[in-house]
Amino acid sequence: MSTQKTTVGYDSKVEGDVIVTQASAVINWIRKHSVWPMPMGLACCAIELMAVGASRFDISRFGMEVMRFSPRQADCMIVSGTVTYKMAEAVRRIYEQMAEPKWVVAMGACASTGGMYRSYSTLQGVDRIIPVDVYVSGCPPRPEALLDAMIKLQDKISDEQSLKNLIPKSNKPDQQKAGLISEA
Amino acid sequence: MSTTKFSLLKERFDFIVERDSSDHLAVNCPVEHFSAFFLALRDDFGYDLLSCVTAVDWDVQSPRFTGIYHLLSTATHQYIRVAVDCLDDIHPSLPTLSYLFPAADWHERETYDLYGIRYTDHPNMRRILMWDDYPYYPLRKDFPLAGIEVPFPAADVAESANAKVLPAPMMGGPFVSSADGSLRDCEPVAKDESWTEKQEAH
Repeated sequence: MSTQKTTVGYDSKVEGDVIVTQASAVINWIRKHSVWPMPMGLACCAIELMAVGASRFDISRFGMEVMRFSPRQADCMIVSGTVTYKMAEAVRRIYEQMAEPKWVVAMGACASTGGMYRSYSTLQGVDRIIPVDVYVSGCPPRPEALLDAMIKLQDKISDEQSLKNLIPKSNKPDQQKAGLISEA
Repeated sequence: MSTTKFSLLKERFDFIVERDSSDHLAVNCPVEHFSAFFLALRDDFGYDLLSCVTAVDWDVQSPRFTGIYHLLSTATHQYIRVAVDCLDDIHPSLPTLSYLFPAADWHERETYDLYGIRYTDHPNMRRILMWDDYPYYPLRKDFPLAGIEVPFPAADVAESANAKVLPAPMMGGPFVSSADGSLRDCEPVAKDESWTEKQEAH
C-alpha cells in the first residue's frame, strides 16, 4: 500500500456517519494537535518559552498549552537554554523517562550548538546526547520563532509512520512473521 | 572608625604588609595569623561583610596560589582586600573563613572547584559548579579554555547516550580585542583565523 502524505484524518466533504481514512493518519492528526510540552528551561530561553505560554503569544492556539513538568506526562521536550555537562546527565535521564512517542525541540543557540559557550563546561549541542527533531536559531529566539518550530514539529508528526512506532524495534521481525502487524 | 588606614592596622598587626592597589586598601597577611587578623577586622575594625572570596594562580611563581578576600564595612562603606599566600604549591590549602562569615561557605567551595585550593575545617568541602568526579581545576593557568577530554559525569548515561566530555571547538578563538586604536580596529577577532573545528565521528 502506498502512503500518501496528503491524507487527512477528517474531511468535511464526507461528513456524515462514516469517515474512511488510515489509522496512521488519524493517530498523527490526534498527536499533532495535542502535543504536551515539557519545559526543560535551563537559561534565558526559558523566559521566551514562558512568553510563548502566556496570553500574548498563546501556544494554546496550537493545542500545546498543557505544559507538564513531569516527564511521564509529556511528549515533547523543549530544551531551552545552555546545557552544561553537569546538567546533561539530568537532561538525558529525563528524556529517557518520557514515554514514547516523544520529540525534542532544541531552542536557541546554546541548546543547538553550545552557542557562545565554547568552553570546558558546556555541552556543544544537546543533539550529542538526545535526538533533536527541530532546531530553533536565535539567542534567545523570539516567541514567534518557537511557535514556528512547533508548527514545523506538527508537520513532522503528521508525516510519521505512527503505527510502526507502536511496536518496539527489537520485537518487530518476529511479530511480522507471526502476522501480528502488516506493512502499512 | 572612618580612618581605618594601613597605619592603624599596622600598629596592631606588625606582620601585615601593604599591597599595591589602584582602589582600596590592600594588605598581605601571613597564613599563620589568618584567624586572628580576620576576627579583629570583623569585630574591632567594623569590616562586617564578606563580599568576595577568590584566588590567583601565579603560574610558575612560588608561592603559586594566593587567596583573595574582600571585606566591606557597612558603617563606613570602605573596602579592604586581604591576600593570603598558600604555602604549598602542589596541594594548596587555606584555613576556612566560614566560621567567621557564613557567606564564605559557597565562595570557598567555588574557589576550591576552580583553583583546587582546599579550605581546612570547611563544613562541606565539595565542588559546587563542576560535577564531583571532575579531575581538573579549570581556572588554573595550565588548564586550556576548551577543556580536556574526560568521561561523562554518569557512566550509565554516557553509555546510553554515547557521550563524552570533549574539548570545545574553538574555531580560531578565543576572540580578543586590541586595547587601543580606532573602534573598528578594536573589534574582537581571532588570533588565528583558521578553521580549527575537527570533523567529529558522530
